[in-house]
Amino acid sequence: MKLPSDHKILMPYLTGGAVADWTDHLRALIDAGADAIEIGLPFSDPTLDGATIQEATHAALTRGATLRGILTRVSEVAGTVPLVASTYANLVVRDRDFCGNLRDAGFDGLIVPDLPLEECAEFENQDLDLVLLASPATTDERLDEIARRSRGFVYAVTVMGTTGERETLAASAADLARRLTNRCELPVLLGFGISTPAQAAQAAQLADGVVIGAAIMRRVLDGAGPAELGAYLRSIREAMDEG
Amino acid sequence: MGDLLIRPHRAPARVQLMDDPGPLGRFGEYGGRYVPESLIGACRQVEEAFRSAWADPAFRNQLAGLLATHVGRPTPLTPAVRLSAELGVTLLLKREDLTHTGSHKINNVIGQALLATRMGHKRLIAETGAGQHGVATATAAAMFGLSATVFMGERDIERQALNVFRMRMLGAEVVPVRTGARTLKDATSEAMRHWVGATEDSYYCMGSVLGPMPYPWMVREFQRVIGDEARRQCATALPTAVPDYVVACVGGGSNAAGTFAGFVDTTAKLVGVEAEGGAGASRGTLGVLHGVRSMFLQDDDGQVLEAHSIAAGLDYPGIGPEHVHLRDLGRARYVTVDDAEVVEAVVRLARTEGIVAALESAHAVAWVIRAAADGTLPAGSTVVLTLSGRGDKDISALKELL
Repeated sequence: MKLPSDHKILMPYLTGGAVADWTDHLRALIDAGADAIEIGLPFSDPTLDGATIQEATHAALTRGATLRGILTRVSEVAGTVPLVASTYANLVVRDRDFCGNLRDAGFDGLIVPDLPLEECAEFENQDLDLVLLASPATTDERLDEIARRSRGFVYAVTVMGTTGERETLAASAADLARRLTNRCELPVLLGFGISTPAQAAQAAQLADGVVIGAAIMRRVLDGAGPAELGAYLRSIREAMDEG
Repeated sequence: MGDLLIRPHRAPARVQLMDDPGPLGRFGEYGGRYVPESLIGACRQVEEAFRSAWADPAFRNQLAGLLATHVGRPTPLTPAVRLSAELGVTLLLKREDLTHTGSHKINNVIGQALLATRMGHKRLIAETGAGQHGVATATAAAMFGLSATVFMGERDIERQALNVFRMRMLGAEVVPVRTGARTLKDATSEAMRHWVGATEDSYYCMGSVLGPMPYPWMVREFQRVIGDEARRQCATALPTAVPDYVVACVGGGSNAAGTFAGFVDTTAKLVGVEAEGGAGASRGTLGVLHGVRSMFLQDDDGQVLEAHSIAAGLDYPGIGPEHVHLRDLGRARYVTVDDAEVVEAVVRLARTEGIVAALESAHAVAWVIRAAADGTLPAGSTVVLTLSGRGDKDISALKELL
């Protein structure tokens, strides 16, 4: 996937199918300055997600969201900005056609948090860019390997914990960002716990961009429409660009 | 750097079954370590510590001593004389129901608590369904002076109030889990989420042969005391020294794994008995849950289903990876029994032998009763059955059913 190199990258996250008009939200995020979008494909047991994305996932599954349904609607917006799917290993390993189906629907990349280096080889160099994750506990040796094998970008998990909004950017973010950017030609995006414009601006200084997830899904679950969601993302965009 | 150069591969064919699954934790195409990057370091530390401890005679001796003084090992191999006569087979019961805390779960937990202490951890984290593993963890924590946090689904907390009280009395913190169906699957997810943020000071004490490497292997090794003892006991109890059949109930499959480990290199036929509504081996499909690649009950979209069994301890939608491997190799077979057969089996064992088995363990009894009746078990067969736990915890449920 091609991510911009002339400004800091903003990648908002949206759980596919969490609300009826989720593709309107998706378009609003693109219009508000998203450089790429991460779309969560709901899985019944999201073990790396905190309360907000768990709730969004549950809402999607309760509404009857299916992989096929989400892929069909994703193809409506494909071709605008890079689209990155994120889901758990179960959906990926059980279906030989998984990556191909995502590619056909217009996805450019895939994030699977429970598919570490030891387990991901069979899904590398497939139809999609497999984005690898790094955590504050990852050793330098593993970071070298992650930097070498990741495609598209490297997802730096800023905190030893699950997804979700936090008061401040974790102290571990700076150290991980430095260790990764030092050894990585790909863009490094920081995610987990980034929710305010100030946090986004701060995180963007440390790396090539940010991922915003739970803060968006909380607004969506609280009933924010596309316009309100777009305004929120624009405030993040502006803070990052002012840097 | 060498161990980081990971290539797609299959584990080499092993002559020796139920051996060390190697650093990647593969049992054929199952097993592995499907955890977030944040947990890789913690899993590796547990693996390294276990490898070192298991090779250390001092650790093995200390564990064996604790199993003798605190758990009540060795447990007897009891001839089920009257039931055997009725069924036309020779049935021997491996009495894990007689251990301290009332089920085989304690074997594994004492081992892991000893390991946690050796690693310098002061706190245990665990998941529990019916509460047996939670009670065992709370017990071991008290013995070793550790703190314990047990995650338990809210629905199970309501169903198993006595075990919740027991855990709290032992000093453990019981955290209600309110997500999903509020049972074991959700409790396990929540315990893993908690672990991600607590790897520095906490040890994850998994209750079955599930989860990421090294847990399926390590838990089997801590449970193999069941099979090793039974094998030795068979040498004197049976003229043939080895039984024709070895039978155990299977949820995740820890008591079965420990039992089978003692007999896998013999001619004994190995039979795992699953609950009709929680049959990972019999009805599951390939997937990944809670860190391991195995067979899980799931829908066509890859959403994991809730298991339903009269026995809360078998209420898990998957099965340990090594069991699936043994099945694929044809070394073990997995069968199911339904709730009605299980209740009948509890009563029949109680009235013929004076033993009230746990509903989980009664699954194995129910299969033997059925198999003896329909000829699957030829007349005169010798059968070792692991009675994994006692039925005290199920008395109020049985009172409703009978």
